[in-house]
This record gives sequence, C-alpha cells and structure tokens, in this order.
Amino acid sequence: MNIEIVAFAILATIGIASAILLVLQKNPVYSALLLILHFMALAGLYLLLNAQFIAVLQILVYAGAIMVLFVFVIMLLNLQNEQALVDNFNIRKIVSFILGVVLFLQFAVFFLVKAKNDIDIKKSPDSIDAGSIQNIGEALFTTYLIPFEIASFLLLVAIIGSIFLAKRKIE
Amino acid sequence: MFNNLAENFYMIEQYIPLILAILVALLFSLFLLKASSLFGPQKPNVEKLTTYESGMEPIRTARERFSVKFYIIAMLFIIFDIEVVFLYPWAVNLKILEDKLGFFIIAEMFVFILILLVGYIYLLKKGALKWD
Amino acid sequence: MVVLIPLAKIAIAISILLFIVTYLVYFERKISAWIQDRIGPNRVGPYGLLQSPADVLKLFFKEDIVPSAATKFVHSLAPVISLTVAMSTYAVIPFGPDIEIFGQKVRLIVADVDVGILFILAFASIGVYGLTLSGWASNNKYSLLGGLRSSAQMISYELSMGISVVGVLILAGSLRIYDIINSQQGWMWNAFIQPIGFITFVVAAFAETNRLPFDLPEAEPELVGGYHTEYSSLKFAMFFLAEYANMIIASCLITTLYLGGWHLPFIDSATLSYGLMPLISVMIFVAKVLFLLFFFIWVRWSIPRFRYDQLMNLGWKVMLPLSLLNLMWVALLVYFFKI
Repeated sequence: MNIEIVAFAILATIGIASAILLVLQKNPVYSALLLILHFMALAGLYLLLNAQFIAVLQILVYAGAIMVLFVFVIMLLNLQNEQALVDNFNIRKIVSFILGVVLFLQFAVFFLVKAKNDIDIKKSPDSIDAGSIQNIGEALFTTYLIPFEIASFLLLVAIIGSIFLAKRKIE
Repeated sequence: MFNNLAENFYMIEQYIPLILAILVALLFSLFLLKASSLFGPQKPNVEKLTTYESGMEPIRTARERFSVKFYIIAMLFIIFDIEVVFLYPWAVNLKILEDKLGFFIIAEMFVFILILLVGYIYLLKKGALKWD
Repeated sequence: MVVLIPLAKIAIAISILLFIVTYLVYFERKISAWIQDRIGPNRVGPYGLLQSPADVLKLFFKEDIVPSAATKFVHSLAPVISLTVAMSTYAVIPFGPDIEIFGQKVRLIVADVDVGILFILAFASIGVYGLTLSGWASNNKYSLLGGLRSSAQMISYELSMGISVVGVLILAGSLRIYDIINSQQGWMWNAFIQPIGFITFVVAAFAETNRLPFDLPEAEPELVGGYHTEYSSLKFAMFFLAEYANMIIASCLITTLYLGGWHLPFIDSATLSYGLMPLISVMIFVAKVLFLLFFFIWVRWSIPRFRYDQLMNLGWKVMLPLSLLNLMWVALLVYFFKI
C-alpha cells in the first residue's frame, strides 16, 4: 500500500461524499458547510498532484473568500428549511435527470476509453515542482502576460457589476 | 494511473507534519467540546434555555434580513482577494524576472493595479463604501 | 519516524502555546490593573499567579448551555472551527535556527512547507467562519450582529494584510518563512525598509485578532458579548483560547515578517561558540514576541474602540491604498537599488 493512494482514496471519498450530501441537504447553511469541506478535499487532491500553490489558493479564494459570500447570501435571504422550494415530480426533474446521466456517460467514456489512449498522463521528470509558485509566476508573467492583463479587466467588470446590482439599495 | 502518484513522494512528505498538526488541533478542539458535557452539571430548564435578550422575552427570531452593505463588502472582498492572489507569484519572482525583463515586469503589475484602481475609484464615487 | 518526530514537536509546541495563553491572560489582567492604577488578581497563589489555571479549571466544571432556539450542530461546530484554525497555524512558523540535539539536526519548526506564509493567510480566512457561524447558529440578535460585523471586519482587513505581505515576499523571493527571516539579516529588517507595510500589517493584525481598538464584534456596551453571547463553559473557553492563540501567532508573524525573526544586528557577526548561538537566537525571537504581546495589551488598555463606520472607512479607504503604496515602493526599491 502506498501512502499517496491511501491519501487519494480518503480525499476522494470525502470529496464525493460531501458533494452528494451537499445536494441532499434541506438546510442551505449545511450545504454551504459541506461545500467548504468539499473545497478542502479538492485542495488536498491538488496537493497530491504537486500543485501546492493551487492547493493553497483553493483554500484562500474558494473556501475562504467565495464561501463567505455564500454564507452571507444564505443568511441574508434568511431561508429556513427548503420545504417550500421542493416541488413535486415534474418535467424539469426528468429533463435534468436525463441530462445528468448523459453527462456522466460522457465523462465515463472519455476517461475509460479515450483518455487511456490519447492523453499521455505520465509526468515529465521536471514536473515535481511544476506547481511551485516560482514556475507559475514565471509562466504567468511571460508566456501568459496578455491573459493576465485581461484578468484585471474582468475584475474591473466584476466590480462595476456588483455595484450595479446592489446600487439601488445603497443610496 | 496510480503509479505516477508514487513518483513524487518527497514533495508531499513536507506536508505530513502540517496535516498532523491540523488533526491534533481538531482532536484537541473536539476534546474540549465533549469535556464540557462530561465534567459540567446538566440541569437545563425552559427559562435557562431561552435566548438572551437583556432579560426580556425574545421578540421573534434573530434571523432577520440584514443590511445589503455586508453583502457588498463580501462581493468586493472576493474581487480584491483575487487581485491579491495575482500579486503573490509576481512578488516571489520579481527579483529573478527583473534581471531578465527589467522595468517591464514592474510595469506589468502597475498596469494591472491601475486598471483595478479605476474600479476602486468608481466604488468610492458611487458611495459603495459609505457606511452610515 | 515521519510521524513520530512531528508529533513530538506538535506536543511540545501546543504545550508551550497553552502555557503562554494561560499566563498571557494573567499578564493582561495585571498590566491593565497597573495601567488603571489597580492591583489586579492577587488572591490565588503568590501574586495571583494561580488565578488563570484556577479560571481554566472553573470553566471545566460549568454547565454547557445551548439555547433551545439555536441550531445545535452549528452552534458546536463554530468554536471547533475557530480553535482548530488558531491552534494549527503555529506549525509553519520557525522559532529559531537549526539546533543539534544528540548529534541530530533538529529544525525548530513543525512543518517547513513551501507555501509557508500563504498557508497562514489561507487558514486565517477559514477562521472567519467560526465567528460568522457562531453568530448565526446562536439565533440571538446580539450574536448575529456581532458575527456579521466581525466577518465583514476580518475580510476587509484580510485584504490589506495580504497586500502588505506582498512587499515582504518581493524582498524574500520565497514563501518559505525561513527564507523570509534570512532575507532580513543585519539591519535589513522589513520594518525599516518598508515602514508603511509594517504599520498596515500590524494594524491589520489587530483587526484580524479582534483586539481593541478593533473589538467591535464584542463591543460589550452595545452587543453584550457579540458572537459568543450564547456560549458558556468550555465552548466559551474555546473562543477565548482561540483569540489569545491568534494573538500569539500574530506576534510571531510580525516578528518573522518585519522584525527580522531571530536576527539581531551585531549578534550575527559576533563570534560566539556554535553551541550558544542557537540558544541566543531563540531567546531573541521570544523576546521580540513577548514585546509585541505587551504592545497588544498596552494598546488595548490605552485606545478607545472605533465606531463601525470609522473601522470600515479605515480598512477600505486608508489601509488598502496605503498597502498598495507600500507594494509600489518596494517594487521601485528593487528596481533602483537592487536590494
């Protein structure tokens, strides 16, 4: 038994279990908490893939920042148990079920058949610290300079958008 | 699929103590959580278990809707937090990249910050950060 | 061995942390008494030295009250989050240079990870949930307001804290805390090179630990106890412990990031025997941390609390631009002076 396979199994189990429980929860606050747990498990998986910088960002940005907004929204909307929104068997449920199955099959086919042959998942020898902040920084500020600058425009749009959405309530 | 995971054990190794430290802290917290019900008395009554509201009978639930300003702060926090995240890889590599690229690497980030500064000034002008 | 040595280090570090917390509470009460011309605790043991252990013991035997209106599970989870976060971030902070015990090299750190400082920031951002959820779960108006205020405050100051750290990272060229400390040998302390960043970081550290003048989440006169109004017994103790542990970690962080860690000018260059050097280094580190802890207490008993709008204005309109200014200053320093 290899320790990394054990770690992978534990993290994957936590990740999948928390994701399933998240959907099944009636109370949105519990769902949010499970999503945080799920993000933690994802961070652990990134760590196993030698992407330590991404792992810590996963916690910093997703679990730490975005989930604060989620929790705020849930508290702001003051939703109690979601009985009211659970509607009966209807056409929307059937459609989403079919689409879900199709998506699942698509992934299954991709990973079982295509990925095995087409994509070389073996790592190159120098990939051990490919996820280090040094390598990411060097790539981001030389090769991917334009996307990086465009990201700042996206953030600018996000600022304007968030203010526009909340504006009429500020005054 | 699993054999390439095993190749790079040494990177993960440094995180084992960290994960142990988190687990120890978690167990310690859970111990304290359980200890209070183990050692302390358990004599609840209806009055004792009412919500504290300065001695008055609690009026409705506390989970009322609250000011949208908290919500705006949370949204802005995410946006600026992502900006900060971009700063880290830049900062760590600045000295190395500065040798290669000169002032260009500093200018890159100044442009990035400048664009966001436009958004920041927009925020100030719109009064989104006004708290009264 | 991979597991045993770290576990031994963790046990030692946690014992030290708990010991310091216990006596930090005692000294906080003593110092506040001196500042206000009182005597302070003096009944339990000589000079009241056993007051804090007695208080801890007392909390063990108090009734744990969970209000019937509260959401029970989250009510219990919140202090666990707060304390777990507070008691695990010490792991990436080194307390001194490598020492040798019985011919074996021992690093005075639990986990020397390559994302070092970012781990602390990331985990601190998780700590916000402890306060938010305790406020929400209690289903008490004071708690909810306190929890909300503290989360908004902590996320606002997290930004300027993060940007202040960037200035340090530029000069160190690494996220590893060892590298950050070693980049400050001699007089190259970051507190001197980037004074603005130093000030913004210290202010943000006060806000992150919810200490006066930033203790609005508690604000006794208006919010009773803030987010921990509905907590009693050891659950209350957990929040208390987390607050003081955070204070210690914040002091350690300020020392490592801005005050040169265990480096002291002249000591580095002095010709000391190899065995003595690490000991003195650790003592220097501890002395700096203790001074900062005293500073935390000194400020608490000297400066009145902010109003909430002042707090938010300071965070968004003063701290954020100042920390960005510091970042540009350091970048230009690197460009013009190649430090």
